[in-house]
Amino acid sequence: MLPAQLRRFTAARVGLGRAGDALPTGAWLDFQEAHAAARDAVWSALDPETLGFAAPVVRSEARDRREYLLRPDLGRRLRAEDATRLPQAGGVVVVVADGLCAAGVQAQAASLLRAFGTEWPVVVALQARVALGDAIGAAMGAEAVVVMIGERPGLSAQDSVGLYLTWAPRPGRTDAERNCISNIRPGGLSHAEAAARLHWLLRGARALGATGVALKDEMPAGALLPPESAG
Amino acid sequence: MAFRHAIRGTSHVFPDLRTLLARASPFRSGDALAGIAAASAEERVAAQRALADVELRRILTEPVIPPEEDDVSRLILEDHDEAAFAPVAALTVGGFRDWLLAAAPAELAAIRRGVTPEMAASVSKIMRNADLISVAAKCRVETRLHNTLGTAGTLSVRLQPNHPTDDPRGIAAAILDGLLLGAGDACIGINPATDNVESVLRLLDLLEEVRTRFSIPTQGCVLCHVSTSLIAIERGAPVDLVFQSIGGTQRTNESFGVSLALLEEVREAALALRRGTVGSNVMYFETGQGSALSAEAHHGVDQQTVEARAYAVARRFDPLLVNSVVGFIGPEYLFDGKQILRAGLEDHVCGKLLGLPMGVDICHTNHAEADADDMDALLMCLGLAGVNYVMGVPGADDVMLAYQSTSFHDALTVRRLLNRRPAPEFAAWLERMGIGEGARIPSALSPALIGLS
Repeated sequence: MLPAQLRRFTAARVGLGRAGDALPTGAWLDFQEAHAAARDAVWSALDPETLGFAAPVVRSEARDRREYLLRPDLGRRLRAEDATRLPQAGGVVVVVADGLCAAGVQAQAASLLRAFGTEWPVVVALQARVALGDAIGAAMGAEAVVVMIGERPGLSAQDSVGLYLTWAPRPGRTDAERNCISNIRPGGLSHAEAAARLHWLLRGARALGATGVALKDEMPAGALLPPESAG
Repeated sequence: MAFRHAIRGTSHVFPDLRTLLARASPFRSGDALAGIAAASAEERVAAQRALADVELRRILTEPVIPPEEDDVSRLILEDHDEAAFAPVAALTVGGFRDWLLAAAPAELAAIRRGVTPEMAASVSKIMRNADLISVAAKCRVETRLHNTLGTAGTLSVRLQPNHPTDDPRGIAAAILDGLLLGAGDACIGINPATDNVESVLRLLDLLEEVRTRFSIPTQGCVLCHVSTSLIAIERGAPVDLVFQSIGGTQRTNESFGVSLALLEEVREAALALRRGTVGSNVMYFETGQGSALSAEAHHGVDQQTVEARAYAVARRFDPLLVNSVVGFIGPEYLFDGKQILRAGLEDHVCGKLLGLPMGVDICHTNHAEADADDMDALLMCLGLAGVNYVMGVPGADDVMLAYQSTSFHDALTVRRLLNRRPAPEFAAWLERMGIGEGARIPSALSPALIGLS
């Protein structure tokens, strides 16, 4: 077998060949092209008007993309005027957030929400970090918050979405107090599987009264769909 | 007592050591984010001059975070070896820099247990990049589990075969690709896409199967949380090397869901498996500047000093591998290629001064102002500095973690340019298996043997 034949098992850049010790020209320029796409994706924006569902729109204290990138503390804080106009909820709240790359959220949010199969209230958040969900959840009196957020763009995927589940959200929660489901995208984790995992974790969180390292993801791995059929 | 230095009639005053260290740190976005960076180039150099006059003894006696409120500060004091400190105990930070640049390798090795993280961080702040490389190049740290890492003239590679859904065949294909390009002697280390216990167990079994099927003298590692590794050990899984991300303050470690006691517990559990064939370094730690600030757990200490404190934590547990993941955290902490280059060299030398088997994940995310040229510069510099290992990621593109690191090809390039070899047992294995520059996969490494057909 030739190393290039390893490529059918993974999207990773295997079997690229060699020019001396370096990459052959084609493989190197493929890499440059993918990096260019990822660089441009960082600046993609979430458009609440075309998400395909209606929801209140809130912003973090980061005023623009550059400030968002340099000041994560501002991306975790909810604008004061937005905090007061959010409705009270009580149960689970979903925050649809742009994160480090909005393209994947823009494309997948409506379908992923349908896969949840719930009537949970939804809030759209702009220039948002994961922890902004704590402020939103607390303002709405939610028992748990699910932050659906754009993951940072990579070379092979600029459309990946993550779900962060936090029980009893309030500002000051740490990342060790959340559970994460990542790599949700075509070719990654399917919407059905992501939703199944979310409900599994949520049941555990409810029983435990907590999320994070205390809540072990022990959902049987056998239910995983092979990546070819993910959608 | 405050620290002060006057430049052209302006007196710059720094109320305490913590502030002095922050102001003396070469500029990076994370210290600006924390609001502790020097306000001007002049203030920074004034701080560096004041820092150069500080006695190392004073750094030992004025912890930047009070021991009463931080167990890492307590650990640093507990683990300080006064006898090892003796040769440099009378020096100032500036004198220490001169001493380090002139000292012989054996002298550097002798003071390891006497150097605290704050001393290492202090002296690095008044060094230029060439100094950081020269001093590090004199430090050799050897560790062992299934092979011998860090010996003279070697450069090892962690083979990082990640897959977005932990698909075993996808991971096996990336492992084989890396082995064919001479990578994997530091370890074959998978970052799992989830901490799902069953999935982690499956990956551990996969690693064990590949390792034994091909008789590879290396160690496997699934980089899950230590609490998941503990469960895996309890369930009888083949755990060679236990991974954990750590930081330089108690609260940073709490944000990672770990304590010093938990790290000790898991280390003892791994040691009890008695899996090591040539040694018993069973821990693997990753760190990175900015993690404490990210967790709002930095106590006003600059990110490079906090990072060095994480190395004291690592040292307590006698690790096989420690690496800073230097560009991973993002531009709010290290903005561009210049900041990443400097930070990578600082982290490496500080770890080596403390006696750690330092590697570096030379990397960047796509929202940082950095690209492959910046990675090349840091890789070459770290090669010269004698880094124990770097990462090997297929085509430098991690398809699970969505960042760019160094590739199998990059490691080959540096090995050839600097005349470095893989770990001795692994180099012998490569030769035995017929792995070289041939276009075909040698029959001894048949993909069918690990489920790829």
